[in-house]
Amino acid sequence: MRRAVVLVVLMAFVWAVQGEAAEVTEPVEREWPQEGVFGTYDRAALQRGFLVFKEVCAVCHAVKYLRFRDLAGIGFPDEEIKALARQYTVTDCCDDAGEPFERPAIPADPFPKPFPNEQAARAANNGALPTDLSLIVKSREGHENYVYSILTGYLDPPAGEEGPEGAYYNPYFPGHWIAMPPPLSEGIVEYPDGTPATVEQMASDVTQFLAWLAEPTMEERKRLGLRFFLFMLVVTGIFYAYKRRIWSRLR
Amino acid sequence: MQREFVKAPFKSGVLKWIDDRLPVLSWAYNELVIYPAPRNLNYWWNLGSLAGFMLVVQIVTGVVLAMHYTPNAEMAFDSVERIMRDVNWGWLLRYLHANGASMFFFAVYIHMFRGLYYGSYKAPRELLWMIGVVILLLMMATAFMGYVLPWGQMSYWAAQVITNLFSAIPLVGDTIVTWLWGGFVVGNPTLQRFYALHYLLPFIIFAFVFLHILALHQTGSNNPLGIDLTAKDKIPFHPYYTVKDVFGLCLFLLLYGALVFYAPDALVVPINYEPANPLQTPLHIVPEWYFLPFYAMLRAINFDILWIIPAKLGGVLVMFSSILVLFFLPWLDTSKVRSATFRPLYKWFFWLFVANALMLGYLGAQPPEGWYLTLSQLGTAYYFLFFLVIMPVLGKIERPRPLPESLSEPVLGAAQPQPAK
Repeated sequence: MRRAVVLVVLMAFVWAVQGEAAEVTEPVEREWPQEGVFGTYDRAALQRGFLVFKEVCAVCHAVKYLRFRDLAGIGFPDEEIKALARQYTVTDCCDDAGEPFERPAIPADPFPKPFPNEQAARAANNGALPTDLSLIVKSREGHENYVYSILTGYLDPPAGEEGPEGAYYNPYFPGHWIAMPPPLSEGIVEYPDGTPATVEQMASDVTQFLAWLAEPTMEERKRLGLRFFLFMLVVTGIFYAYKRRIWSRLR
Repeated sequence: MQREFVKAPFKSGVLKWIDDRLPVLSWAYNELVIYPAPRNLNYWWNLGSLAGFMLVVQIVTGVVLAMHYTPNAEMAFDSVERIMRDVNWGWLLRYLHANGASMFFFAVYIHMFRGLYYGSYKAPRELLWMIGVVILLLMMATAFMGYVLPWGQMSYWAAQVITNLFSAIPLVGDTIVTWLWGGFVVGNPTLQRFYALHYLLPFIIFAFVFLHILALHQTGSNNPLGIDLTAKDKIPFHPYYTVKDVFGLCLFLLLYGALVFYAPDALVVPINYEPANPLQTPLHIVPEWYFLPFYAMLRAINFDILWIIPAKLGGVLVMFSSILVLFFLPWLDTSKVRSATFRPLYKWFFWLFVANALMLGYLGAQPPEGWYLTLSQLGTAYYFLFFLVIMPVLGKIERPRPLPESLSEPVLGAAQPQPAK
């Protein structure tokens, strides 16, 4: 009991100290279908998100861990993936003469990068390097909420605040000035399922797509986890009873 | 104390034939079946076998991961993502291994706190304890190098910060750092040697665990009363402690599973999912949670000690001393009574030590400024006071409660404390 009191006092103190920490703009809190023990990706949102990614983000951002065939994971049928891949041209090495040649992409190809190298990417983007988005949701504090907040968080800069040349004000970005222009505007894509393409809707969809891309095995992990827990609860119960029975011999 | 070596009873002639020539089966029989264990061990005594289990898990998952991992600065990060995405069950292996390190430290830290509470390091178990400290040091080296292998941002910068500590050594510091790096920066040679050592050290840990068990079975386990027990207060290890250990393992696996399946990245900083970038220092460089208390002590020393030891060297010395002091614990503690149950004052200092360790852990993740820094300094002071002052003095002035004669005998009413010898 006294121990508990000491602990509570200590923790209260620690919280009080923590409260003084420097102010950061916390990302907006949203609920995501992939959250929680039973959370799964929303396939319709992922497909809409891929459309936003393909038509908006992919103009500047690479995704080095995405191959066309991986899109089966968000529910695209094989023929559609093949057809999609064929729309892209990739340079292959090499023909019989040893020369690189161009051919339509196949499902096993990685999703083509917008720029051949870092210098080209910087040259086209005012000196800034667009981040590879494969792991963006995993690699940022705040995860989905952060990505969503960046996409929807552009504001006019507060009076008197001046950013670097060509940068945009976004309070959710560390340092508040981001090189990326606001990427989304109402109706910039047209959803085949008729969902109105508001900025919030597109931001939400593409964030979910990027969450899937960061961890495509998440659903498999949770499914296996559920089976593991059901199995282990039974086994734990059995061994608890068994342990009690064996130890009762000692009394 | 010395037990008689008993030949295992065999039904099979083949096993007997083998055992007559190579008595490993009888050895296992003596140490794992009939080994006389105190009958009053509580659940805190489960953590040793759990730590052993985690070592095996780490080695098994680690060997399979090594089949798919590429120790090259250009390819390491991609190969880890390949394991996560394309290798069959790769995500499971990697999450088991990454969180396995945390579970291993979790078990070992509780195991050590248990030893600290019940005086398991006191005569005749001094070497047993010291071997344990060697295991802890080896674990820390292994875990640190393992954390570098994915070659993410925090991997890289942790390697940078920790190897740089050696530059604080006077005269030869910079030479040592260059030698550790295999170059003039943390780079591919650093990664490759860390990989080689990360593969090697677990097997050395395994050897020390073997010695740890050998030393344990030589003296026999301590127990919650801390008194020496007679044969009638002991029970065979099997089935009593095998079944208890398996039940404990089940509970432990529930926790491990919760991490692996539902919060696999809860204990790593997100930025380690960004590839190493030598040109961009992360805002806060933090080690894994199990190093945080030591990291807090390292950073607590922001002043020159006695005008001659610069702050950086002072911090490094304090951090390494915080582990090295554990080697001397059996002689720093002057109390003859093992178990804190019978030490009314020590008990308080012990729990304060636990709270202090948790506080240091919290502070290790905060920037070293303002209140955080002051608290880190106070915490560091208490950490060393506990071992260097409280332990030696308390044994002299504390009046222990009377010890029981045995498990079955009632407490001897005399005011004379029984020496634990």
